[in-house]
Amino acid sequence: MDFVVEMLNIRKEFPGVVANDDITLQLRRGEIHALLGENGAGKSTLMSILFGMYQPDQGSIQINGTPVKIANPNIANNYGIGMVHQHFKLVSNFTVTENIILGNELTSWGMLNLQGAARRIRELSQHYGLNVDPDAKIEDISVGMQQRVEILKMLYRDAEVLILDEPSAVLTPKEIEELIKIMLNLVKEGKSIIVITHKLKEIKAAADRCTVIRRGKTIGTVDVKTTSEAKMAEMMVGRDVTFTVSKESSKPGEVILQLSDLTVKNNKNVAGLKQFSLDVRAGEIVGIAGVEGNGQTELVEAITGLRKAESGSIFLDGQDITRDSIRSRIDKGIAHIPEDRQKRGLVLDYTLEDNMILEVYNRQPFSKRGILNRSAIRKYASAILSSFDVRSGRGPLSVTRSLSGGNQQKAIIGREIELNPSLLIAVQPTRGLDVGSIEYIHKRLIEHRDNGKAVLLISLELDEVINVSDRIAVVNNGELIGVVNASETNEQEIGLMMAGVGKGGEQ
Amino acid sequence: MRNLIISLCAVLFGLIGGGVLMAVTGHDPFEGYKFLFQGGLKNSQRLGDTLATGTPLIFTGLSVAFAFRTGLFNIGAAGQMLFGGFCATVIGLNVDTSRPLLLLMMIVAALLGGAVWAFIPGLLKARFNVHEVVSTIMMNWIAYWTIYYAVPAYLKAESVETESRLLPDKATLKSTFLSDMFGGSYINMGLYVAVIAVIIIAFIINKTTLGYELKAVGYNRHSAEYAGIKVNRSIITSMLISGALAGLGGMAQFAGNGANIQIGVLPTQGYDGIAVALLGANSPLGVLISALFFGLLYSGRGFMNAMTDIPPEIADSIIAIIIYFAATSVLMDRLITRIVNRRRAATGGAGTSGPVSGKENA
Repeated sequence: MDFVVEMLNIRKEFPGVVANDDITLQLRRGEIHALLGENGAGKSTLMSILFGMYQPDQGSIQINGTPVKIANPNIANNYGIGMVHQHFKLVSNFTVTENIILGNELTSWGMLNLQGAARRIRELSQHYGLNVDPDAKIEDISVGMQQRVEILKMLYRDAEVLILDEPSAVLTPKEIEELIKIMLNLVKEGKSIIVITHKLKEIKAAADRCTVIRRGKTIGTVDVKTTSEAKMAEMMVGRDVTFTVSKESSKPGEVILQLSDLTVKNNKNVAGLKQFSLDVRAGEIVGIAGVEGNGQTELVEAITGLRKAESGSIFLDGQDITRDSIRSRIDKGIAHIPEDRQKRGLVLDYTLEDNMILEVYNRQPFSKRGILNRSAIRKYASAILSSFDVRSGRGPLSVTRSLSGGNQQKAIIGREIELNPSLLIAVQPTRGLDVGSIEYIHKRLIEHRDNGKAVLLISLELDEVINVSDRIAVVNNGELIGVVNASETNEQEIGLMMAGVGKGGEQ
Repeated sequence: MRNLIISLCAVLFGLIGGGVLMAVTGHDPFEGYKFLFQGGLKNSQRLGDTLATGTPLIFTGLSVAFAFRTGLFNIGAAGQMLFGGFCATVIGLNVDTSRPLLLLMMIVAALLGGAVWAFIPGLLKARFNVHEVVSTIMMNWIAYWTIYYAVPAYLKAESVETESRLLPDKATLKSTFLSDMFGGSYINMGLYVAVIAVIIIAFIINKTTLGYELKAVGYNRHSAEYAGIKVNRSIITSMLISGALAGLGGMAQFAGNGANIQIGVLPTQGYDGIAVALLGANSPLGVLISALFFGLLYSGRGFMNAMTDIPPEIADSIIAIIIYFAATSVLMDRLITRIVNRRRAATGGAGTSGPVSGKENA
């Protein structure tokens, strides 16, 4: 069998954890190979080893049948291995061309030859159907486009093996479709792709084979066409997983959050949310559906106080909180799972326990007269970490930066739910999480609802919005298009509304 | 632990570098170091002088370190120190009351003077996002020229134009008890104040909600804002505390080690504070130790110069090399990691010979 890359019996230990334990992954030429595993299963470590960022403690790597030692990413590049990281590594005020050639500049007589590079990038882009403008600045193009720039960067360096680390985590459904098309294009041209993901639907749509790892061990490699999603999920989690969210019908109580004619400016200083009115009641989950950048951020930031409301008002439990400080809103019972966990949600250089008290450090028993009470903090943090299964090297004392992205997310969600807020705002709560964790998070959101609290769910995943919410408000271009009952709608109807077509056909 | 090793390595490399310099310039490094350390530690008087030289450095080091910990780079310790010292001197020369009360008033004046000088950059940063490096440097020169004008105009000594009048003994931190204990050294109560400051700052940073807030803002102001912490107020608070510490350093210098304030000098302790903070890994205890070590070098170099013909600039070079290594602690960190890994691989090889030796062959 013709393998481009073989990673045989890889073992990698970090202080306190065995990240990879005897993992074998064999990549055939011209295939899309999915690497599937829960958060913290060891996928990223394995790929970092292949890309030369870590050295394996045991095991060997073979490229085209010859054993090699990959000491650093440059050597990986020389072997034709390229990686697109989950968080893009682009200079935002450089053009696409400048970003792509960075570190590999095309020069003539010692001068930068930008035109030549741009020409080659344009050719590559056309050849693989990437549709990237070489002269655009990174800050002006969409996230999906930025990802394609990253892919181009590897193609520009003649990569034969492409590693994509959770490529769809940051994309809208439409962009995901395009990405899958691009991936299929690439393998048609003879490239081989390893894609790290936990979205089974995408694996089904794109991958040829799939290697499943669980807690650092290989569970097996399966043929995607002949394996059901349920089977793969079971291999990954180690037990049966239910995909449909089971919940009883909601029993809405009094209005918790009331927005009336809320207008909020966006970063470009024009109205990003326009005359928005919505009620969220106790005991119900209201989902916000919409394409990214259609006012969701402005909505959430206005409710939480991170952004000023231009006009209109926000009521919580009948109290006007439009002018309240962020702290006072938290104290009145708003909790917020933020969209960007690393920017907003966590102080990455703090320990986990310090992050678990981020909003409550000034309350008893965590502090008294300005002095922190370490033992109370540790007890509180440990309880959250264990009930939300946050895996880390040193428990509450781990530096948060050292955790995998999924575990960071679980820690935030645990922290916010633990506040027992009367209104929980969850923005993309399951982004980057595996099926097992998603199932658990959904269960907790519904449990929160059943405790008579209000939940506002903002997600770009239509499945999630439809399955978890009781009512769905659809936004387009900052305006409320309509509100529908989740049980009486479907993806088509919501999709149309997301495109700006109102319920019942009116514009 | 790792920080301690890095700092010790920096010191070691600095000393080696200084030794090489001495050897290259044709001097005996061992003799040089003998006199350098003797000069700082030989007898109780010299030990006292070393402690006294280190005292203002404890304050400025603490000032810079505290700002660092909260995400701010306070280069203005010199100006804050100068202005704080000036305020203390004004009180000391013009108020006549019982000694404890007078010293307390002077301490408060020094604290406030330094804090005011740091408040302006803090406000500019919070309001207009002016980078504190730029504004604190500018404030240094504003302090310099303010003193240049104010001292001759209002506090002039009878004969000398460039200094203020001498403070009466009761308006300084001098302590006959300490001086006698250290054989007539100019060591003074500033050291007590410094140790108290170290303890208070360590307490604030590690144990209080204030420290928690300020550090959170320093690490990630977006998440601090998300958590409801008032970011702008925290920046100003940090600068106030940092400036107050530097201001106290001014008092320790001008009303402790000395007894008057001079014009035309930006105190070197201000910039040395950055080095002290770096070497002390920005921890209060580390600052205390590294400030005293710098004090040792400064007070020993005169003796070395007197006993040998090694130029005193060698001592300055040693300090510079130490700063260099402390500042590039990332490189040292990497070096240590590599050594640790190699050792781990070696011991692992002894236990389970198979796979590890195979890796080495590859």
